[in-house]
Amino acid sequence: MRVRLYDVAHSRSGDKGNLTTLSLIPYDPAWYPALCASVTAEAVAEHLSWRVTGEVVRHRMDNVGALVFVCRRADEDTVTTSLYLDAHGKSLSSALLELCVQVEHPAD
Amino acid sequence: MTATRMRIGCGAGFAGDRVTPAVDLIERGGLDVVVLECLGERTVALAQARRLTGTGPGYDPLLARRMKALLGPLHRHGTRLVTNAGSADPLGAARMVAGLTRAAGVPLRVAAVLGDDVTDLIDPASPAWEDGRPLEAHGEIVSAGAYIGADALLPALETDAQVILTGRMADPSLFLGPLMHAFGWADTDLDLLARGTVVGHLLECAGQVSGGYFAGPGPTSVPRLADLGYPLAEVDPDGGAVLTKTPGTGGRVDRHTVVEQLTYEVIDPRAYLTPDVAADLTTVGVHDLGGDRVRVSGARGRPRPAELKVSVGYRAGFRGEAEIGYAGRDARARARLAAEVVRERLSGVVPRLRADLIGVDALYGGPVSDGEGPYECRLRVAGIGPDRETAEAVAEEVGALYTCGPAGGGGVRSSVTEVIGVVSTGVPREAVTTRVEVVGDEGRDVGTR
Repeated sequence: MRVRLYDVAHSRSGDKGNLTTLSLIPYDPAWYPALCASVTAEAVAEHLSWRVTGEVVRHRMDNVGALVFVCRRADEDTVTTSLYLDAHGKSLSSALLELCVQVEHPAD
Repeated sequence: MTATRMRIGCGAGFAGDRVTPAVDLIERGGLDVVVLECLGERTVALAQARRLTGTGPGYDPLLARRMKALLGPLHRHGTRLVTNAGSADPLGAARMVAGLTRAAGVPLRVAAVLGDDVTDLIDPASPAWEDGRPLEAHGEIVSAGAYIGADALLPALETDAQVILTGRMADPSLFLGPLMHAFGWADTDLDLLARGTVVGHLLECAGQVSGGYFAGPGPTSVPRLADLGYPLAEVDPDGGAVLTKTPGTGGRVDRHTVVEQLTYEVIDPRAYLTPDVAADLTTVGVHDLGGDRVRVSGARGRPRPAELKVSVGYRAGFRGEAEIGYAGRDARARARLAAEVVRERLSGVVPRLRADLIGVDALYGGPVSDGEGPYECRLRVAGIGPDRETAEAVAEEVGALYTCGPAGGGGVRSSVTEVIGVVSTGVPREAVTTRVEVVGDEGRDVGTR
């Protein structure tokens, strides 16, 4: 089945220099394995490519059932030197939740 | 004397945070220590720029207002306050706060932690961590602040000062220091340092762990968000803690709000680096106890980095930014036409330029805005150039759309501001010497705990 992340998870964006961090936390922990299988670093990089111009690294936090994506923006796209209206990239969490993924074994 | 449990809260999570929740937290939180976290990556550089240009204090400009509201409650409850709002001038901030205590007739002693300004220690030719280019190649350097750790705070906690002001101390260290002091934790017990760091990391953004910046419709709904209560932790000597908030306030503290903050701005969950420890966040247990109480325990630690991270502020030119609004059924088309016109007119004038249609593609590139055009559309143009005149060209060309652009534009707003960029480097720990200075009304009987 196809799932929009917004419907099953919440997210917060943070920033350090030209890095954006995005958490992805399912409301129901039973969804965590399905998200691990389907929300790859590549899928996130592709989805956010209009702003995330560098690589995306994904970390699993199995202890709390959360994924963390660390996304590299352009060198000059930092909180003080960015030309974007949202210089921090705070709204990227909402953008991430617009991603739709194919889930093979969703939680019941 | 070793404490059996410590109550530590956070009354501000950024420089512009609200003041009244901190008052409420001190009045009703039963706190031993309250922390105000008021510095971002760029804030020291901006404060340094203010000090250099004589346009304002080197410390947080809102500090006086904050302290005026908090001095009475701090005194009444015997709560100690630790804050990094000293920014680029902790001693100046301490003197200012000491003046406030005298004026208010509240006998509190104030201490400043100094030594994080390493402008004279860094090598301008050394590479920036971010892009490998020499620091000085980015622009004229205006500040260099080392992220100092809890070890720099401990001597201040040994004094009888009830208010302690620091500059660029790492956010979690502001919390770890008081925990080390209260429980007598050794700096060699890395697991305890990691647990205290996790408590600090969860609290450091204040309302962000108690329902702030979480709220939305449906499953992220937060009760009485307008009356958001600020967080506190009840910490045990083994570093285990229960996160909660001021009783009777709005907000929520549960597994979701805590995990969202635990993962916030984490670059490597296995090694969350501070000047004190490398905390492994993948070993943290989070247990929702219900009733706005969440137990957090079990973090493991590894040795701290050899170097201290340094944030280097540099002059990065001037930003000109301007907006104009259009209405009606072809609002988006006219806003887009206006963007093209301004781009053409500023071609070759402003080296870095960007145009957004607010409500269409300003935040998220436009892929979800393909439907009917909005009734209103606002064009925003931002550019960065080497000097103020270049940046002013952005404002002038958007303003000129009144008579030389598409039909019906209105509500022009524009600004020109200096840009201070920030890059990072490191300094050897041994090169940085911190010290504590106590100021205050010497003639009074000082109440301490």
